[in-house]
Amino acid sequence: MELTILFAPLIGAIIAGFGWRIIGDQGAQWVATGLLFLSCLLSWIVFLGHDGQTEIVHILDWIESGTLNSSWAIRLDRLTAIMLIVITTVSALVHLYSMGYMAHDENFREGETYRPRFFAYLSLFTFAMLMLVTADNLAQMFFGWEGVGLASYLLIGFYYRKPSANAAAIKAFVVNRVGDFGFILGIMALYFLTDSIRFEDIFAAAPELAETQLTFLWTEWNAANLVAFLLFIGAMGKSAQLILHTWLPDAMEGPTPVSALIHAATMVTAGVFLVCRMSPIMEFAPEAMAFVTFLGATTAFFAATVGLVQNDIKRVIAYSTCSQLGYMFVAAGVGVYSVAMFHLFTHAFFKAMLFLGAGSVIHGMHHEQDMRNYGGLRKKMPYTFWAMLIGTLAITGVGIPLTGWIGFAGFASKDAVIESAYAAGPMGYAFWMLVIAALFTSFYSWRLMFLTFWGTPRGDKHTHDHAHESPKVMLIPLGVLALGAVFAGAIWYGSFFGKTNEVVKFFGGTYGEPAHELVEAVAERSPKASELHYVMESGPGEAAIYIAPENTILHEAHYVPTWVKLSPFVAMLIGLTVAIWFYIWDPAMPRRLAENQRPLYLFLLNKWYFDEIYDFIFVRPAKALGQMLWKRGDGDVIDGSINGVAMGIIPFFTRLAGRAQSGYIFTYAFAMVIGIAVLVTWMSFIGGAE
Amino acid sequence: MDNLLSITTFIPAIAAAILAIFLRGEDAAAQRSAKWVALSATSLTFLVSIFILTGFDPNDTGFQMVEEREWLLGLQYKMGVDGISVLFVMLTTFIMPITIAASWNVTKRVKEYMIAFLLLETLMLGVFMALDLVLFYLFFEAGLIPMFLIIGIWGGKERVYASFKFFLYTFLGSVLMLIAMVAMFSDAGTTDIVDLMNHQFGSESFSVLGIHIVGGMQTLMFIAFFASFAVKMPMWPVHTWLPDAHVQAPTAGSVVLAAILLKMGGYGFLRFSLPMFPVGAELLTPLILWMSAIAIVYTSLVALAQEDMKKLIAYSSVAHMGYVTMGIFSVNQQGIDGAIFQMISHGFISGALFLIVGVIYDRMHTREIDAYGGLVNRMPAYALIFLLFTMANVGLPGTSGFIGEFLTLVGVFQVNTWVALVAATGVILSAAYALWLYRRVMLGDLIKESLKSINDMTGRERAIFAPLVVMTLLLGVYPSLVTDIIGPSVEALISNYDTALVEAHGANQVAAAQH
Repeated sequence: MELTILFAPLIGAIIAGFGWRIIGDQGAQWVATGLLFLSCLLSWIVFLGHDGQTEIVHILDWIESGTLNSSWAIRLDRLTAIMLIVITTVSALVHLYSMGYMAHDENFREGETYRPRFFAYLSLFTFAMLMLVTADNLAQMFFGWEGVGLASYLLIGFYYRKPSANAAAIKAFVVNRVGDFGFILGIMALYFLTDSIRFEDIFAAAPELAETQLTFLWTEWNAANLVAFLLFIGAMGKSAQLILHTWLPDAMEGPTPVSALIHAATMVTAGVFLVCRMSPIMEFAPEAMAFVTFLGATTAFFAATVGLVQNDIKRVIAYSTCSQLGYMFVAAGVGVYSVAMFHLFTHAFFKAMLFLGAGSVIHGMHHEQDMRNYGGLRKKMPYTFWAMLIGTLAITGVGIPLTGWIGFAGFASKDAVIESAYAAGPMGYAFWMLVIAALFTSFYSWRLMFLTFWGTPRGDKHTHDHAHESPKVMLIPLGVLALGAVFAGAIWYGSFFGKTNEVVKFFGGTYGEPAHELVEAVAERSPKASELHYVMESGPGEAAIYIAPENTILHEAHYVPTWVKLSPFVAMLIGLTVAIWFYIWDPAMPRRLAENQRPLYLFLLNKWYFDEIYDFIFVRPAKALGQMLWKRGDGDVIDGSINGVAMGIIPFFTRLAGRAQSGYIFTYAFAMVIGIAVLVTWMSFIGGAE
Repeated sequence: MDNLLSITTFIPAIAAAILAIFLRGEDAAAQRSAKWVALSATSLTFLVSIFILTGFDPNDTGFQMVEEREWLLGLQYKMGVDGISVLFVMLTTFIMPITIAASWNVTKRVKEYMIAFLLLETLMLGVFMALDLVLFYLFFEAGLIPMFLIIGIWGGKERVYASFKFFLYTFLGSVLMLIAMVAMFSDAGTTDIVDLMNHQFGSESFSVLGIHIVGGMQTLMFIAFFASFAVKMPMWPVHTWLPDAHVQAPTAGSVVLAAILLKMGGYGFLRFSLPMFPVGAELLTPLILWMSAIAIVYTSLVALAQEDMKKLIAYSSVAHMGYVTMGIFSVNQQGIDGAIFQMISHGFISGALFLIVGVIYDRMHTREIDAYGGLVNRMPAYALIFLLFTMANVGLPGTSGFIGEFLTLVGVFQVNTWVALVAATGVILSAAYALWLYRRVMLGDLIKESLKSINDMTGRERAIFAPLVVMTLLLGVYPSLVTDIIGPSVEALISNYDTALVEAHGANQVAAAQH
């Protein structure tokens, strides 16, 4: 069954990509979509039937060299099971949606077949992503990691005639490679330290790593911290965290279903998955974890500020994704991996839905993406409107305060992240960044809604007259995702963010009584959380995630002060109110503000000038350096000196060269070579006869 | 069959002789026969060589299928294969029919062209199988001549300059090697490679002309061999002949050059430098590792600046060879496994990339990147093949390109983390230059008037790529096909190297104590 889940998408990709000439355009789409639904169905069966025990299905040996061995295998544990349903569900729905969305595309000419290629890429992506999450060793994970990068490259550049799409595709691949550079160094370091790249061996060796010092780049490092840090660089690239985030907004050049699947729900969360998967190492790497928390919080804040002023509907959602990923990293960084996975899980539903909803709007508005040209679309696209509304309620975290779980999906998971951040560092940097980001999130999300669906139609009148609701194949996926966006949080709240024993059990571990000193330490730190009954007992690698016994943040997060629990809700209300004020009551206000605060506005609009800075310090110098090394280094220095040495004999050879073309030398040389060959041949056979 | 290796080696030479003696005329029929003879001979060689592979026992780390005969002037003719050389033999026999098939459109001096390639194959096979120093040297040097002629006669506009640059560079390197060989013979009294591998060359430090030479004879011999192999590889900074040679060589010439000839350098390191001069190798290892790391970064940056497709791929080849030298001189299982794997895989990938350039060069007669753009519109099959090998070139997992890079990096990390760090940046740079090339040639709208009637690949062209595609993916998914064969021999090589070092150090300490 696991094999079918894994390989159905690959088979779909191959059939759609190569077989469409035989089975036809429509046939290819149905085959790819059908196989994905099969994969999705089986994933749900696996997820619901999973008892938490880790299973490994060995498929084929892969890289074998000395003690380094890795295989193609499926590691099925709770983390994998969660990712399986996220990936296959969103992917199946996106496949279905694409049948409507990609039906007509003005980027292609009459008679050009592009749909089978699109479906093949989507299925290929799904396969690579499944390989990533089912890996039982770092090499296979890296295969999936790069495989999704390839699929992302292909899909961002899907409109291959558009220069901007091609540029964005390369940028995505190369920036991801910067992250991969860290990832691969991390793999090498782990192999060097533990003599294995299999998860089970690495995890078992994790406590030792914490005690090991490693010399890397002339400096002594704590091995666990170094490894965790290097792996996190990989996660930064894939999950578009600050410094390596610049590719994600540009990736919106791809068709919208791609943005929903790859750049919102699945691929970009691979980094979060990596950190959670490596939790046995992370638990022993406090400095690296502090860095993860810091960077996640900063990204959450940064991306939210940029999202405030963007006008392209997809870019707003892209920055929102970037920001939400920051939330997940904060949760992982403070050691509450289950909450990171919780937010990943709920986010997949509501963010995919927001993107697909945006796609539906773009589809209905004839590929107009600028929100300044929208307005009043509520009546024209009622279903899309409702879907987007649910998505917005989910992402901004609407729910009944203090119940914890009664509310939209984002309410449960986002509040869990913020409470965990507070429990790990009361009044700390991460907590405040996340609360402010929650306020901004609420503002830009409602701004998007108001600009699109409220007010009067702006922009091209013709486009607005022809604006229409999308076909059923596009609306059904929205409906299914809406269910997830409403209920996913409430249903799985206990499993991801319940009592410690519940969570541990869900992730396949065993729990036990905490040590007496630990209970006292917790009680001293936060008196309200003194009733610590359980801690995780399983060792590193024995369950899907590892929570060290001293790590009681999951427990303490439930006992943060009431005002902390209310803070995201209040932030959400403030954001909503300001959005109503700016875009309903006084629509001239944003323009005035932008003019008053022009430098700030431009700073945000230009995304803090990251692209310009990178162009200046990396891209241009690299090209200039290449030119210089070529012309000066190869040309003047190396060839120059060698030619100088050879100067004495060159006249002689030019004479030879003149004759070579006449044919004489040619004949001589041939005679010589043939002579040698014949001689050797003859000798060998004579010798053989004796 | 006792002389399977000789048969494999000399089938092409015999075919060349047949062509030279019996084929007359320059008309179309004669040209066609020349092509068919060459294709049949190379294919037959490949088929015969399969018996070498099937008869080969990976767990035997010694030389197998050894043939030993008296030769003239008291020399001996000795051939054999071990886990290190057998796959290079296979690579050669595999690539040659492809290059012949890729030369189907040659019209100038077809007979001589085919003879040159057939002789070249014999000589290359001889290099990988020879177990006698003199025999090795003959094959190694004679191989220069057909390649020199291929570039000089069937090459591009500046072929004469390029062919002489190629010849001089490689020949000057070899002269030093020859001197070292003479020294080896006088020291060991034999030219038998197997005996030489078991011979301990002196490693006592001494002074020549006031220069103190640490590691003594071994260091000097190592440097002499290194000069030759480093040029062949080619290693930075003696790589500049390669881009010129590639640009001027005909497509098939580039394929052979990149896929097989460059591998002789790496093979030489493994056959001579490491086993025979371990003390010298150990001394110079840091330098070589750094040269490799610099090569990777330097040539990748230079590749970024290229305007000629073949030059770009040539520079990318140098970068990939940097991984090879880095792996070899890590002297551990992953490093050397990775280096050999990288050489085999690079044979398929770079060969395919040069063929890819050849496809559009045949149509448009230019290699200028700016002359193209938007080809995907008219050449979808070509676009797919090009994409696959671009990805293989940047080392995407799932293609063979990844395994070699990954293993060599893992190997070198255990020795020197700085080198590993610098070399790993190649992962980023290769993606940049390769994807940028792909974008400029293939993507975008098709605007240029001259390209509007360009046609997709023909059946013959697709058939040429098919085996390369299969190998690239197969080795990427199941690399054990290679590592199972080379593994035991590499392990033996490393343990011999370590033992020899320990012994040499011990002997030197004793000698020092006696002084």
